[in-house]
Amino acid sequence: MKEFDLAIVGAGPAGMSAALEAAGLGLSVLVLDEQPAPGGQIFRGVERAAGDPALAGEYAVAGALLARRFRAMPNIDYRPETTVWHIDAEAGLLSLRGPRGGGMARAARILLATGAQERPVPVPGWTLPGVMSAGAAQIMLKQAGAVPEGRLVLAGQGPLMWLLAAQLARAGKPPALLLETTPRGALRRALARGGLWRGRAMLAKGAALLWEARRSGMKVVSGVRGLRAEGEGRVRRVAWEGGATECGVLLLHEGVIPSTHVSRALGLEHEWDEAQLCWRPVLDGWGASSAPRIAIAGDGGGIGGWQAAVEAGALAALDAAHRAGRLDAAARDRRAAPHRAALGAALALRPFLDALHAPSPAVLAPPEDATLVCRCEEVTAGQVRQAARLGATGPNQVKAYLRAGMGPCQGRMCGATVAALVAETRGIPVREAGVLRPRAPYKPITVGELADLPEEEPA
Amino acid sequence: MFATRPEFRPATVEVLVDGQPLSVPEGASAAAALLLAGLAASRETPVSGAPRLPYCMMGVCFDCLAEIDGVANRQACMVTVRPGMRIAPQCGARLAGTAA
Repeated sequence: MKEFDLAIVGAGPAGMSAALEAAGLGLSVLVLDEQPAPGGQIFRGVERAAGDPALAGEYAVAGALLARRFRAMPNIDYRPETTVWHIDAEAGLLSLRGPRGGGMARAARILLATGAQERPVPVPGWTLPGVMSAGAAQIMLKQAGAVPEGRLVLAGQGPLMWLLAAQLARAGKPPALLLETTPRGALRRALARGGLWRGRAMLAKGAALLWEARRSGMKVVSGVRGLRAEGEGRVRRVAWEGGATECGVLLLHEGVIPSTHVSRALGLEHEWDEAQLCWRPVLDGWGASSAPRIAIAGDGGGIGGWQAAVEAGALAALDAAHRAGRLDAAARDRRAAPHRAALGAALALRPFLDALHAPSPAVLAPPEDATLVCRCEEVTAGQVRQAARLGATGPNQVKAYLRAGMGPCQGRMCGATVAALVAETRGIPVREAGVLRPRAPYKPITVGELADLPEEEPA
Repeated sequence: MFATRPEFRPATVEVLVDGQPLSVPEGASAAAALLLAGLAASRETPVSGAPRLPYCMMGVCFDCLAEIDGVANRQACMVTVRPGMRIAPQCGARLAGTAA
């Protein structure tokens, strides 16, 4: 079995940056990523798509540069199309499934750079064909250059909505309508958080996207509530309080939350983030988690965006080098200083954005009992409320009662919603309802892949 | 449900979606092929038989589960298309004693 100083799970901005820093310091680095090429979600397919005028900007410039540097760096064992389906945190063992079957690797330190997922948006009708997440449409553009057909409606909120609208407009398919769910009064609350001057470059970028998207002819309805997708067999209409319109494709988005599937399965300590309304792993200033070997960098440790992820990845790599005896504490701290400064700058606007785009209570816990919350096992909000009334104290109990979280996604899509519904029904804060504890395999594997694993090596 | 922009992605790969040949951009996922094929649904759920198409495209939701080259329940959004790949919808639950 190959042994590494540092194994990195994920080849997005945090993972690539950590690999570059660690390999530059002489560490042997293993990078495992499910995608066929580096980039993560934000820079997905950047090597192939950077020339697409619809994706001009940060993606084409910063993303392409990072991927190029990553590819050019020696001492990185980069394995694309590889899924990590189990980690033994104590032994530093990673169980893998790659293009040529199963395998294992060992690492002195493991960095989870698994990024973010979109927050589930459980509105009535969200399982209908034709309803997708906004991120999904952006991935179609990045990986296939494809754009939605028919009347396109965006619903929800957050910076990605405006970026996607602008990109689709450049691709010749501006959305017809944006149903913006940002509540009235959110801007006032957000402005009170400050950070605008320090985050002015990011703010200007956002304003430019807003202007570009509106100039494309996209209509905007603000303060939308009571969103629902309607249609038989596929989405035909989208309705909200006070309005309805035809639609061919409906794209939903309410921001992103850390992808904590693996960190929760490992039993790492997590905390409820009241500003971002999500769970995040408890980390120190180097990204070190509550488990001795495991660190986390990037959005998987709390949403900060790609620039913050790049800096956090570098910091985690410096710490890995220090722990491996390659850097003394003083050298590590010296090298860390510019990354810490850049991290602070990258996060300056975050409190403003978190407050502006905080999802409404109806997004966290859908009010209508008939709304499906678990897409896999088709469990409704009403069933979860009933289970909570019968005594289920959190999502792990609801899973046993109703199978919510027991389907193929292992609760990635319903876990947060189920917890919020239990909390609402029992009149407790969400943090007290707790969080789903997933188990390995983190992704499905075949019996054959399991049987292919190398025999246990004698110690 | 989605249309390609061949002027920006000229390189394509031939795959079979539900038995029908389809040209999809190189680098696309099997889930993208399902969407580009214009199927009404790529899956019927095992619980109620409800129609689904891929939802998240990033490995989270598992709504893109499909049979790829004869192996069922693959996450189609995590599989890159290769020439001749056979991508087929999955309908409902597999029942014991029936062929896969």
